[in-house]
Amino acid sequence: MGRIAPLPKALLIEGATIYDPATGKTRRGDLAVKNGRLIEPEKLGAAKVERLDARGALVTHGFIDIHAHFREPGREDQESLESGSRAALAGGFTRVAVMPNTLPAIDSPEMVRSLLEKAERLPIVLYVIGAISRGREGLELAELLEMQAAGALAFSDDGNPIADGQVLRRALQYTKDVGTPIINHAEDLPLRDGGVMNQSALSTRLGLPGNPVEAEAAMVHRDLLIAQETGGRLHVPHVSTALTVDLVRRFKEAGVPITAEATPHHLGLTEEALRQFDTNAKVAPPLRTEADRQAVVRGLMDGAIDCIATDHAPHTVEEKEQDMIQAPFGMIGLESAFGLANTVLGPAGLAIEKLIDLLTVGPARALGLELTPLEPGSPAELVVLRPDETWTFTEKDIHSRSRNTPMLGMTFNGRVVATISRGSWYTCT
Amino acid sequence: MRTPAISLTNLIGLEGVSRSDIQTLLDTGFYFRDVLDRPIKKVPILTGINVVNLFFESSTRTRISFELAEKRLSAEVVNFSAAASSLSKGEGLKDTVRNIHAMKMDAVVMRHPAPGAALQLSRFVDAVVINAGDGTHEHPTQGLLDMMSIREKFGRIKGLKIGIIGDIAHSRVALSNIFGLNTMGAEVTVCGPGHLIPPFIEELGVTVNGDVDAVLEWADAVNVLRIQRERMGVGIIPSVREYRNRFGLTVERLARHKKEIVILHPGPMNRGVEIDSDVADGDQAIILDQVLNGVAVRMSVLFHLLGARELLEEA
Repeated sequence: MGRIAPLPKALLIEGATIYDPATGKTRRGDLAVKNGRLIEPEKLGAAKVERLDARGALVTHGFIDIHAHFREPGREDQESLESGSRAALAGGFTRVAVMPNTLPAIDSPEMVRSLLEKAERLPIVLYVIGAISRGREGLELAELLEMQAAGALAFSDDGNPIADGQVLRRALQYTKDVGTPIINHAEDLPLRDGGVMNQSALSTRLGLPGNPVEAEAAMVHRDLLIAQETGGRLHVPHVSTALTVDLVRRFKEAGVPITAEATPHHLGLTEEALRQFDTNAKVAPPLRTEADRQAVVRGLMDGAIDCIATDHAPHTVEEKEQDMIQAPFGMIGLESAFGLANTVLGPAGLAIEKLIDLLTVGPARALGLELTPLEPGSPAELVVLRPDETWTFTEKDIHSRSRNTPMLGMTFNGRVVATISRGSWYTCT
Repeated sequence: MRTPAISLTNLIGLEGVSRSDIQTLLDTGFYFRDVLDRPIKKVPILTGINVVNLFFESSTRTRISFELAEKRLSAEVVNFSAAASSLSKGEGLKDTVRNIHAMKMDAVVMRHPAPGAALQLSRFVDAVVINAGDGTHEHPTQGLLDMMSIREKFGRIKGLKIGIIGDIAHSRVALSNIFGLNTMGAEVTVCGPGHLIPPFIEELGVTVNGDVDAVLEWADAVNVLRIQRERMGVGIIPSVREYRNRFGLTVERLARHKKEIVILHPGPMNRGVEIDSDVADGDQAIILDQVLNGVAVRMSVLFHLLGARELLEEA
């Protein structure tokens, strides 16, 4: 539960531990916000100051999600820029990159500009990812440079893999000079062969079409080879298999300039979530085995994987109440991301600061951005965390227009208690 | 008739169903088999009980078998068939649920093209759900009737060696057979073209053997699965000839094995593909017994899930 309200003109966050991912430094003290900017606490003045008791809490830069679906335009029944932004704030995210698989697809500079104009009024910073190919058909390159000039920060046909290696190769060569990452949803569709869950003894037991790990790893391997050959900027989204983690690690060690992300669901859940035919656990790439999950966790711990991204994918109740074959792929993830990631990675031995890096500087660098340090004059873009608070994730915690998640009822350790962004603040109640 | 109650409230699949429940369902199946041999084959056990047969996939024999079983038990029967195409717009399960609530049905017998559909339905309705086949997942009453037919022939199931031959990967019959036979203590070997054996199937407690002759030499009985004609000549099975030669139960192949192997087939058969006519109609085949046992064991399932419960409530 929580509410989103206009940010008080003057706010004092008292007694916090402050971790600044831009500098890597931790200090204790107060943070003062006036008219949406950080200022020295002593300059706040005495009159009408809202106070936030942050003793025992950790204050840091707002999270950045480089992989979300806000469905606007076209499927505002699933999510809108506005509802997606509320979900982001509830999850501690202050900047979100949205994927272009909208109706119509974001595949022209006009579309990029129109989205960015609408984003002006949002309480978060919206980043736009343009389509690699016209209509996301995987055939002809879209106007990548014009979209880049209009503000697109990356390109992806997300949801649709680029099946034709030559198209991916051209995209990497064409954007090499501007350095905009190419993000390929890597699944070889003929190998996937209609698979709706991970291929395993469990898929055989459930009689469900299985999607083998090779469908992902084979295409990622192809993509990495092309990235190596072209020198283009490749970003590998939602790494789900041990094979893929090893491939990414190996190519990084060889000096290929690639980045990779993992989702909270792939680091926190396994295919066991499908055992009772829960369509909310149907996602692409699929939830895998415990061994794959552990490999993803290791990849995040040792730097093979650069960041956590949610792949927040809203679908209506009606869509998810269909059978396992018909129901669409995807789950929402913004509101549960920090709780799930901290619940898994904390006990695995990852320091909370490192987790924050995976949610801030990691994703920023993957998109070629630098973070502003938390110092006087900077815009107030903060998240307040209680890393030790235990809470149960329920529908009341969802601010998205959709509620397709298999995580309802799960208990998480670590909670977002406040988010401050662009003149708004979310507080957990 | 005194029958121990079973612990099931729905029949979704044979996975996880206990040995004693299967035993009871088969015992009662044999009781109803006797009823079916009487001049008057109808018993008033389910009078006033409403059953809907909901078939989202074409089926002749399973639907008729269930309908016959329901009518022999004096249930009120409604049939609803819808082409699978009507599911593609996504109104399937949810509207199904609404309709069942509105019609106040006591039991739903459902066939559906998607694995898991029966379990999903059982979460949405308070009617008894009986799975009549959910995609490539399970077909529990087929598994029961196969076990009943095997027990009828051998007098037992435990310790028998059963081969399942054909397209294992796309077969709900295979999975229900594997789960049921394993629980009852039989040994199971699956056999078929390599790409039609699902990955990791050994973890379900079966042996894989691609050599039909070796399986026939080993087995006490084989369950021959229907090979879908749609898979022929589309890059999955190169030709009918090749399939018949490598995996078919031909007259010549059976003649090479001295011992009497019992042959089952869930139907409908592709004569001349997975099984020769002379084999299907020969002495070793118990295919028509399976059909009759199908009615009997479905009566047993309906009785235990609906009738026995009603009788207990009255007592």
